[in-house]
Amino acid sequence: MVKLTIDGKEVQADEGKSLLEVCTDNGIFIPSLCFLKEMTNPPASCRLCFVEVEGLPKPVPSCRQSPAEGMVVRTDTELVRRLQRSALQLLLSAHHVDCRNCHANKRCALQNIAKFLGVGLKPKRLEPLAMEFPQEREHPNFIYDPYKCVLCGRCIFVCRKRTGYGVLTFARRGIDTVVSWFGADGPDSPPCDRCGECVNACPVGALKSKETVQAPMEAAGA
Amino acid sequence: MKAGPSNSDAIKERFETLKRDALQRFGEIKGAEVPRITIGMATCGIAAGAVETKAAFEKAIAQHNIDARVEATGCIGHCYAEPLVVIENPGFPPICYNNVTPGKARALVSSFLVDGDPLFEYVLGALEENDMIPSVRDFPRFSMEERIVTALSGRIDPEKIENYIAEGGYEALAKALALTPQEIVQEVQISGLRGRGGAGFATGRKWEFGLKAQGESKTVICNADEGDPGAYMDRTILESNPHQLLEGMAICAYAVGAEKGIVYVRAEYPLAVKMIRIAIEQAEAKGVLGSGILGTDFSFSVSVFQGSGAFVCGEETALIQSIEGKRGMPQHRPPFPALQGLWGLPTIINNVKTLSTIPAIIKKGGEWHKQMGSPKSPGSAIFSVVGKVVHPGLVEIPTGTTLRTLVFDICGGTPHRKAFKAVQIGGPSGGCLPEAFLDTPVDFDSLIEAGAMMGSGGMVVMDENSCMVDVARYFLDFTQKESCGKCTFCRIGTRQLLNILERITKGEGREGDIELLTTLCEEIKEGSLCGLGKTAPNPVLTSLKYFRDEYEAHIKEKRCPAGMCRALTAFYIDLDRCARGCDACVGSCPVEAIFTTRDRKKAIDQTKCVKCGECVAACPPQYTAVKRVSPPHLAPRIERPQEPQE
Ligand SMILES: Cc1cc2nc3c(=O)[nH]c(=O)nc-3n(C[C@H](O)[C@H](O)[C@H](O)COP(=O)(O)O)c2cc1C
Ligand code: SF4
Ligand code: SF4
Repeated sequence: MVKLTIDGKEVQADEGKSLLEVCTDNGIFIPSLCFLKEMTNPPASCRLCFVEVEGLPKPVPSCRQSPAEGMVVRTDTELVRRLQRSALQLLLSAHHVDCRNCHANKRCALQNIAKFLGVGLKPKRLEPLAMEFPQEREHPNFIYDPYKCVLCGRCIFVCRKRTGYGVLTFARRGIDTVVSWFGADGPDSPPCDRCGECVNACPVGALKSKETVQAPMEAAGA
Repeated sequence: MKAGPSNSDAIKERFETLKRDALQRFGEIKGAEVPRITIGMATCGIAAGAVETKAAFEKAIAQHNIDARVEATGCIGHCYAEPLVVIENPGFPPICYNNVTPGKARALVSSFLVDGDPLFEYVLGALEENDMIPSVRDFPRFSMEERIVTALSGRIDPEKIENYIAEGGYEALAKALALTPQEIVQEVQISGLRGRGGAGFATGRKWEFGLKAQGESKTVICNADEGDPGAYMDRTILESNPHQLLEGMAICAYAVGAEKGIVYVRAEYPLAVKMIRIAIEQAEAKGVLGSGILGTDFSFSVSVFQGSGAFVCGEETALIQSIEGKRGMPQHRPPFPALQGLWGLPTIINNVKTLSTIPAIIKKGGEWHKQMGSPKSPGSAIFSVVGKVVHPGLVEIPTGTTLRTLVFDICGGTPHRKAFKAVQIGGPSGGCLPEAFLDTPVDFDSLIEAGAMMGSGGMVVMDENSCMVDVARYFLDFTQKESCGKCTFCRIGTRQLLNILERITKGEGREGDIELLTTLCEEIKEGSLCGLGKTAPNPVLTSLKYFRDEYEAHIKEKRCPAGMCRALTAFYIDLDRCARGCDACVGSCPVEAIFTTRDRKKAIDQTKCVKCGECVAACPPQYTAVKRVSPPHLAPRIERPQEPQE
């Protein structure tokens, strides 16, 4: 155990945990999309969980920072908030914002973080990126919407963890990056367990389960 | 693997035997009393027609039934002059010929080899001082360069290890094996060498981490991914002198205690892949690679990994993912590869140029390297200079040389008496520097201070006809496509930047765009995970800093000062200059927008014109009647006559 200060408050922490977890355990909300506790190498891809650590020149993603004795952490500096708002606005500019018709409405991590940061769901600063509809792709056991997906990679992580090989993967590059799968239950494709863990792991409304899964699933797990 | 030095006399003896053999074989080739024709056959030479030229030489020699050898070498760096041929005809100094077409090849055989007339009109220069023919040393392009890495490029046959050994190759390895790993690391630290892959990290320090790192095995990776558009130094080095790289890798492996090496090269470089493979095979056969190198118990084997050519796979952590068979996505650092790299084990990753500099450092000493170039980034810098220069190509200069010297003295400045405008350094991660920065010395720190970057050494020279907004747009288009898609700022942020830049170049720029670009750029730089995203805004930030007036002209006046953005320019024909009855331009127009006016001159129908500029080129130089204007409404409107005119 180590002692450190977060936002002026002294806390005790397990060195094995990430700073992100330590903050959350102590009731300090850190916006994040891609982090899951079980990860040994968090991807640090959503770029929301920044904090400032005294002695480090730049904000760091708290999911990849270990707490250390005497560390002084601030989670709410101007620069941290600026980066978080900017990242969120970028995500929203590439997101099909249609909360009223979305199955994840009110459970969506984006709504939650937007509220916390005081960012409107349709920020004026950035123009929404063009989206070509229709967009959904059907897997035998779930439906995927690339314009809702924030590419956090949680579904890929839980799937690989459960099956050991992974049905899901990222595909394509740049703004066209999506979550994809091999063959979807074809003879050459790795079999889907129908566990529904991916749908449960999705922090937004990008994955929707079909009736084929074993147990009725929660829609969004954020 | 072996921790300590071995018996230095035994190593020396082994190496001397190798060298004697090589000198003997190579001497036979060199000292022969028959003419020798050497052709640059790297990718640049082949693209310029070297294969045809070589065939023409061989055929002509056979036809004349003379005794002469035709041999291949790598790239000498003078890409503007390819195909480049050196003829060593007994009784003459070695003479270099440029742009040797099959026709010239035939003429050279019959005139020079048969009749003894060296055909002065085709000569670029002699490679040695003499009274007969001016030497290439008289050209700044040759005399101002200082070649370490490319010293033997274009002078030896990359497919013959003996040729490299005869020129002093693998001597550094033999010397290194008699030292302790600590001594080598220290020598590299003294040399002040900084990584040539872009970031300029101190190589000696990296090796020290590697040496101290704990792990059941270690790997040395040579990064030859080279994804910058327009950069081809690494390819050329692999194609022209692969053994020097292998020697550098072996020294590195010995210093850090690695037994495996991987050359990560993109599959689009088939010739480079072939050359390095041949080199590995030959080096193993000679015992300078493989198990028990030069009789010691140090073993090091090298394999080639072909990447599929994603720019981001040049980033070290993505490169490692790619070798592990995963999608090439950068990972958060720390841990750094030197401690936890390939398969979680210590891995030293260095660029081709970095590793290729090592043999010279070991041979001549760290102090020698430290003395060369600018104190904080000593050594040489290799640039591929392309764009609007008279003599594009590969240049190796001491660091600290100014951009002015590089662009104007060495590469001959901008052609066609056009004004120099900017130089883009460091590719998509770099920036555009204007004329006022021409006295910036070429080194890591000065370039970063100016807002550009050494990058991997791509340099594009631009003249007055380049629009800086469009240049920024071009690079952003590249980076946003090459973003791995992992993190928010890079994936979406670069696309947003591109969209704004596209709007501006189309004349749809808005009040506030410059501010939005600036803040977004800052956030992308700060927030991105890897170097790709962190540096992607550089082309926008530097052009905003040094050419802000161009952005403003686009946004406020819908004017492109360089006249390059199509939506903001128009072509028209100056009726005072147009020659009555001439119709040179008419056929050049792909959309039939040019019509004849009532007084039998020509005019452009603005509703039809697609602004390709073909007519500008077609109009005879004595008239130069086609003009380009921005904004487009400045073009006079001329009504097409109802009846077609004669
Ligand atoms: C997007 C990106 C692309 C890169 N591409 C290359 C490359 O093509 N070649 C290279 O040597 N280094 C490249 N690098 C730098 C490598 O990550 C790494 O720093 C380098 O290989 C280390 O070698 P050095 O110390 O010899 O420079 C790239 C970095 C980034 C962020
Ligand atoms: S589908 Fe959901 S869980 Fe998967 S990457 Fe997209 S947002 Fe994340
Ligand atoms: S900065 Fe770009 S290339 Fe690098 S990890 Fe993020 S998305 Fe991938």
